[in-house]
Amino acid sequence: MTTSETEPTPAVDTTTTPRHASRTPDRERENLLEVEDLVKHFPIKGGFLSGSKSAVQAVDGVSFTVRRGETFSIVGESGCGKSTTARLITRLLEPTAGKVTFEGKDITHLSDGRMRPLRRDIQMIFQDPYSSLNPRHTVGKIVGAPYKLQGVEPEGGRKKAVQALLQTVGLSPEHYNRYPHEFSGGQRQRIGIARTLALKPRLIVADEPVSALDVSIQAQVVNLLEDLQQELDLTYVMIAHDLSVVRHVSDRVAVMYLGKIVEIGDRDDLYDRPRHPYTVAMLSAVPVPDTKRRHQRERIRLQGDVPSPINPPTACRFHTRCWKAQEICRTEEPLLLQIGTGAESGHQVACHFPEEPSGPAGIPG
Amino acid sequence: MTTLTPESSRGPAPSPGSHYLEVADLQVHFTTDDGVVKSVDGLSFHLDRGQTLGIVGESGSGKSVTSMAVMGLHTAKNAHISGSIKLGGQELVGADKETVRKLRGKNMAMIFQDPLSSMHPFYTVGNQIVEAYRIHNDVSRKAARAHAIEMLDRVGIPEPGKRVDAFPHQFSGGMRQRAMIAMSLSCDPDLLIADEPTTALDVTVQAQILDLIRDLQKEFDSAVVIITHDLGVVAELADDILVMYAGRAAEYGSAEQLFNSPEHPYTWGLLGSMPRFDKAPTDRLLPIKGTPPSLIQVPEGCAFNPRCDFQPRVGSACLVERPDLHDNGGDHFVACHIPPAERQKIWAQEISPRLS
Amino acid sequence: MISYIIRRLIAAVGLVIVITMITFAIFYLMPRLAGATPETLATRYVGRTATGATVEQTAQRLGFYDPVPVQYWHWLTGVVNGTEFDIGSGVEKCPRPCLGYSFRNKDPVTPEIMRRLPVSFSLAVGAAVLWLTFGVATGVLSALRRGSFFDRAAMTVALAGVSMPIFWTGVMSLSLFSYKLGWTPPGGQYTKLSDNPLEWAHGLLLPWITLALLFSAQYARLTRAGMLETMGEDYIRTARAKGLRERRVVVKHGLRAALTPIVTIFGLDFGLLIGSAVLTETVFGLPGLGQLAIDGTKNNDLPQVLGVVLLIAVFVAIANLVVDLLYAVIDPRVRTK
Repeated sequence: MTTSETEPTPAVDTTTTPRHASRTPDRERENLLEVEDLVKHFPIKGGFLSGSKSAVQAVDGVSFTVRRGETFSIVGESGCGKSTTARLITRLLEPTAGKVTFEGKDITHLSDGRMRPLRRDIQMIFQDPYSSLNPRHTVGKIVGAPYKLQGVEPEGGRKKAVQALLQTVGLSPEHYNRYPHEFSGGQRQRIGIARTLALKPRLIVADEPVSALDVSIQAQVVNLLEDLQQELDLTYVMIAHDLSVVRHVSDRVAVMYLGKIVEIGDRDDLYDRPRHPYTVAMLSAVPVPDTKRRHQRERIRLQGDVPSPINPPTACRFHTRCWKAQEICRTEEPLLLQIGTGAESGHQVACHFPEEPSGPAGIPG
Repeated sequence: MTTLTPESSRGPAPSPGSHYLEVADLQVHFTTDDGVVKSVDGLSFHLDRGQTLGIVGESGSGKSVTSMAVMGLHTAKNAHISGSIKLGGQELVGADKETVRKLRGKNMAMIFQDPLSSMHPFYTVGNQIVEAYRIHNDVSRKAARAHAIEMLDRVGIPEPGKRVDAFPHQFSGGMRQRAMIAMSLSCDPDLLIADEPTTALDVTVQAQILDLIRDLQKEFDSAVVIITHDLGVVAELADDILVMYAGRAAEYGSAEQLFNSPEHPYTWGLLGSMPRFDKAPTDRLLPIKGTPPSLIQVPEGCAFNPRCDFQPRVGSACLVERPDLHDNGGDHFVACHIPPAERQKIWAQEISPRLS
Repeated sequence: MISYIIRRLIAAVGLVIVITMITFAIFYLMPRLAGATPETLATRYVGRTATGATVEQTAQRLGFYDPVPVQYWHWLTGVVNGTEFDIGSGVEKCPRPCLGYSFRNKDPVTPEIMRRLPVSFSLAVGAAVLWLTFGVATGVLSALRRGSFFDRAAMTVALAGVSMPIFWTGVMSLSLFSYKLGWTPPGGQYTKLSDNPLEWAHGLLLPWITLALLFSAQYARLTRAGMLETMGEDYIRTARAKGLRERRVVVKHGLRAALTPIVTIFGLDFGLLIGSAVLTETVFGLPGLGQLAIDGTKNNDLPQVLGVVLLIAVFVAIANLVVDLLYAVIDPRVRTK
């Protein structure tokens, strides 16, 4: 039995200014999160006879900043290191090297005890709404768990606070005593979101928050996340592989390939004027729900597969699949450098031969 | 208005009366302790060789159950299949098991969503293709192996002579799906069913696989059914599209009709739920309210009525009478109580402007 | 693949060494902790009537005054190289593998163990063939006809088989088939395989069946569970979609994958059974290793017990090694990682 879901009416006024259509990131806003040269290598154990040690270079020198109130997305294909990056920011993993600064405070190597107060400010939403909720706990217990863990007693009591949270995410307060299995996938994801909101976090790191959901439910959750951001002044770091969803929700986007950021920029700059060949290829590969475009579109077919992160290609890691690769791409690593000017000054690309602004992807804005 | 019959022509190459695949009033019900699950409940469609049909729907809409029924893969005792499935004129529903088995792999083949779990981990890719080929072709192992290498080469696997002896786990995701395709095409089937063939793959690999399916279809002149939840994927490949909801067809027409003048509120909802990559970013997505129904207790009348924004305009018909699939006159079939003229007006005036 | 084998081999040797340490500690160290002195240990060899001086001498000669690690080392070199013992009645040579001298009859332990090993081995091999055949076949059929009369009947019998103790099934079958019907010889007889293969099998038939009944039941349940899981896998659907005959789907695609966990458990069971089919050996009066261990325990004959335990450990380690190698044969993911 699935509880019937009524039209999700978040207790948030959503009729305010149409912000998303013209997401112009405010460059004046202060940085909430700064990531510098973040590295994570997972050593591979070769039995005690084969001594050679190697490592999966999951994240290999990643730097970016996230501004207060924005949605910053990291996209890339499986194995590019985007999920590892999310787990490094939230300190679910210990970085091999580099620095993570949250609100001006270096949190890179904080002990669990020192990290605990910060867990209130940094929360994470996971992909799978089925496995991330304890089936034996009631919704009330699940959503109220952060209060208990942090020893916080909300005003008016936990139950009231939890019921308010349930309403915020479009569920009913009566769901307090139900169990997760009584809910559909979309509703479970709402429960997960309510839990992350309990302690009024400032940063939410969402790892593929909607990719396990059906299309119609996905849209409900995307809208909910956007409403909550506006109402609660949240900052999102979104990890996703669906380029359409990312374009819809993001202010700024970083593209990762084999553990490195190859391009980073404001949403419209990146989608309308992609400069890195990989970004161009990836954008051109997205299937578009328009039959008219089927035969006109010029698609860049990338050859082969993503190489192994254990032994990544030298210098520019994309050179093995790039149609523009020259000798220099094999010998000298391109740095992530600013490429745009003026309003596009936040646009950076790591490529020796970036595409011209009107690249072949040519998606009309 | 006429109900859908096998004689109706669909798509750019009409050949009335003799479609390669004809499904009529298909029902697949499962008896469970909780009640009868009506996974597919009265579904009709047809497909010609050289054509691609896209079946679109969310989880539980019955799209995969339909494909398994065509393949004769519902082996569970509690599965009850009725209606008609004709493949090349041969009736499959109620046919002898051995007869259907001989058609599987030879006349109709299938590729699945997750190529890793769909290939046996203990046998080499080559052996699995050889096995598929030798069931239906009386050839030596050596000849079958040569054929397997040729098939791997055809689907774009580099160094096929070497890779033929590799195990599935030694392939990347995209290569595995290519190998699956090679296996399914090894007996040159007339019908290929692809169930979410690219859902588990990355976007650049997805593009490669979609191109491959399209190229191979031209080469083999087979009929292709592509089952997916992704409207983008069907827009790339499909000639005709069937939108399923709660085990029934909600809308059935050419890809152009479905994308440019859709008439069912559910199709409108799907289009509004997707962020459009090809258009300027919108303010908000337009989701469908509520959740898909339980297939044990499908809502009375139109199964979509609890989630439909237009039901109040039509009135009680939606709540009591199940709408049949009717031709709106332009060879475009819709199961909805809203009169066709009214639907077209709603699309043009209310829905379409909000989507762009 | 070769490095895999070498690694497994080293692990197996390491396992045996650790087990000998633990058993040695249990049998030689624990009595001390419980208050036994070198003298009381030596008394076991020379008897209570001996004078204190003789006892002390014996303890000295047997090295009971040495620190425990030194004693362990002596014991271990004895196993590897053989050693010489002097228990008062002159020096005796104990050829390798020397597992020590029995306290009771003052004979080396090894020959006695070697005499009994074929009995236990014959018992285990025959029973294993039977239980694997019946257990796996029943399990597969039950899984394929899940919920049928056969399935329910087989699983009820299996449950009964697991629940019935050997001393009951053994005694019942003896009284019925041997004493009443006279189909099989009564207990207490063992004919060597090399003497008369037919008699060998005839005499062991009842013990085999008794032991196999217990294990078949477990294996039927295991196989059934494994098959049910495997037959739900995606690759089974693929095999059917290719148009394979159902028999081929079941055997080549389903059973092979379902057997993997059974191979693991079988290796351990078989290794253990060599020395621990105590109940069966007792009921049917078979002079096997289990009985030897029981005798040793009853008589406080530590070297004898230690010898049997070491042998079992070696068998378990070998069985483990074989299982690991079989795994690599069955599952390519193990060897190509």
